[in-house]
Amino acid sequence: MESTSELADPVRSGSGHDEPAGSGVDSSVSQSLLSLRGISKNFGPVQALQDCDLDVPAGEVTALLGDNGAGKSTFIKCISGIYAPSAGKMYWRGAEVHVHSPRDAAALGIATVYQDLALCDNLDIVQNMYLGREETKIGMLDEIKMEVATKQTLMDLSVTTVQSVRQLVGSLSGGQRQAVAVARAVMRDSQLVIMDEPTAALGVTQTKLVLELIRTLASKGIAVLVISHNLTDVFTVADRIAVMHLGTIVSHGPIANYDTTSAVELITTGESSRVASRLASSL
Amino acid sequence: MSVLPDELSANVDHDDQAVAKRPYIQQLRKIYQGDTGLIPIIIGLVCLVIYFQARNSIFLSSGNLTNLFIQSTAFILLSMAEIWLLLLGEIDLSLGFVSGLGAAVTVILVDTKYHWAWYLAVLVGLAITTAIGAMSGFLVIRLRLPSFIVTLAGLLGYQGVLIYLVDRQGTGGVVPLQNSVIRNFVYGDFTPIATWIFLVALAVLFSIFMLRSERRRRSSGLQSRPHWVTILKIVLLAAVAVFLAIVFNTNRSTFTVIRGMPFAIPIVMAMLGAGSFVLIKTKAGRYLYAIGGNSEAARRSGVNINRFRLMAFAFGGLTAGISGLLYASNLGGISDGIDGGNLVLYAVAGAVIGGTSLFGGRGKMVHALVGGVIIATIYNGMALIGMSAATQYIATGLVLVAAVAIDSVARRGSTVTG
Repeated sequence: MESTSELADPVRSGSGHDEPAGSGVDSSVSQSLLSLRGISKNFGPVQALQDCDLDVPAGEVTALLGDNGAGKSTFIKCISGIYAPSAGKMYWRGAEVHVHSPRDAAALGIATVYQDLALCDNLDIVQNMYLGREETKIGMLDEIKMEVATKQTLMDLSVTTVQSVRQLVGSLSGGQRQAVAVARAVMRDSQLVIMDEPTAALGVTQTKLVLELIRTLASKGIAVLVISHNLTDVFTVADRIAVMHLGTIVSHGPIANYDTTSAVELITTGESSRVASRLASSL
Repeated sequence: MSVLPDELSANVDHDDQAVAKRPYIQQLRKIYQGDTGLIPIIIGLVCLVIYFQARNSIFLSSGNLTNLFIQSTAFILLSMAEIWLLLLGEIDLSLGFVSGLGAAVTVILVDTKYHWAWYLAVLVGLAITTAIGAMSGFLVIRLRLPSFIVTLAGLLGYQGVLIYLVDRQGTGGVVPLQNSVIRNFVYGDFTPIATWIFLVALAVLFSIFMLRSERRRRSSGLQSRPHWVTILKIVLLAAVAVFLAIVFNTNRSTFTVIRGMPFAIPIVMAMLGAGSFVLIKTKAGRYLYAIGGNSEAARRSGVNINRFRLMAFAFGGLTAGISGLLYASNLGGISDGIDGGNLVLYAVAGAVIGGTSLFGGRGKMVHALVGGVIIATIYNGMALIGMSAATQYIATGLVLVAAVAIDSVARRGSTVTG
């Protein structure tokens, strides 16, 4: 059994960073679950990310928008530990952290649900939910404990369309598969769930199911960071928006500051007169 | 939420609704959990038995049935060895000669000029086959070579080693097995009373485990099988145990009295039990299925996939080694003419006939039992009704194709509704 505290310690490497939580940085860092300041990433001479700032508060849905190649995927890979940022700082609950691997991210409570979902079609829902961290009793798999917990987790998330938790994942619909992948993340006590294009391949009913699931997560106090191309979905589900353009976050804030037109302007050109004026008037 | 998820019938797809109108079919599906493939195979086996019995009434005699079971043990074990790898979507073509090589080492050590204690010789033989399996696995994993090619090289190479070892003994291409303990793996028998006690105790233990796990599920509030299914299973189990006991305990010799269950049968049962236990009850087994289904998903879940792949190759070698011992015990020695290439293909065929997928992620140890018995039935029955080797090969080929075709059609039908 991997213990969270053991793994978390090296992550919060105090080496050289003895500053107490929140000191020397602005107040939004101490208020947010995850804050990123000045994140840059280059692959050789190619600058993929440049000086990105973002706050992800708990219990809210943050949507990350941007055109193809804007750097969304690189950005979330930096958060989830797949890439190491070339520069910049990451704060978790106000304290600076260093995430070097997906394991470090998982130890903090960051779970990423990739587009391919990483499920085994030949295993059932329970087996997928517990893959890699099975419950055992004197060395044998404790199927009953796992099945009970799986049912509970799915019920908590109001996922009610699966017939049986012993159904093979290969027989599930796209939305149900997404739900299983998210439920797996939730069951591992994740505080931040990152979802990459969760509704990209789904029909209308299935999309509705996933969007409801995202709202359920937020209502449980979990922070959700969603990458999406679909503005309708984003305006349905998100509390906050961050728009990326050419490797940098050009605008981020509460959803009320944006409308579809300004979001499209930001995605395509990186600037919007409408948002600027709204922000100015709200100040 | 007052309703449990699995009590709701999903109204997402139309197919589910169609099934809901036929609750009986739905229930059957749940019972077999997609493993309905065994039913047509067992029907096929019954047809074969009826045909052979009609052609030659000796077929169902206790002597021939016991002989058939003994013939099937080597096939079953070699199929089990192959299933460890097929689950991962890998294959080990060298296992036929690996089993022969392990047996050759054991026979040479226990007899000829060395005269080792039988258990030491067996231990060394099994250690060698396990190491060979692990080595193939190492090459496949570290050098990222396809297992088909690595083990094809093994098939050729180990045949050479086997011929060299056997011929060096200067006994004319055959090393005879004189050690009585190893010969008794196949030719030694339980007493009739011990046979009864063993088989009945096994059936009772199995039934108790089944009932206990059902009761645990019920008391945890989980959906469980209807009672009649459990009762049906226990009745079937008891019937098989009684049938086997009667077959083994009937005198099968015309000149003297030979009764009782050959030791080879409990050896195979033990291996079957151990293999199934690992696959069903342990993390290692769960990971083999996961790696075979989606190795990337398993890796991202933190599973050390290479460790478990190596384990599967080693288990394959070990199981093949035991198969070789029974083979040598049955033949009374080891010859340089063992057709390990054919044996391994029979082993793969047996696993696939039983219902294991060649593409990984789907299979059970019990598939080896079903497939091995079917292959031995064809082999034994054809010889009994005097058919040529040519016909035997053709028939085995047809059964293999038929089994895979039925399985594929059945699976296509089941994926529509899940």
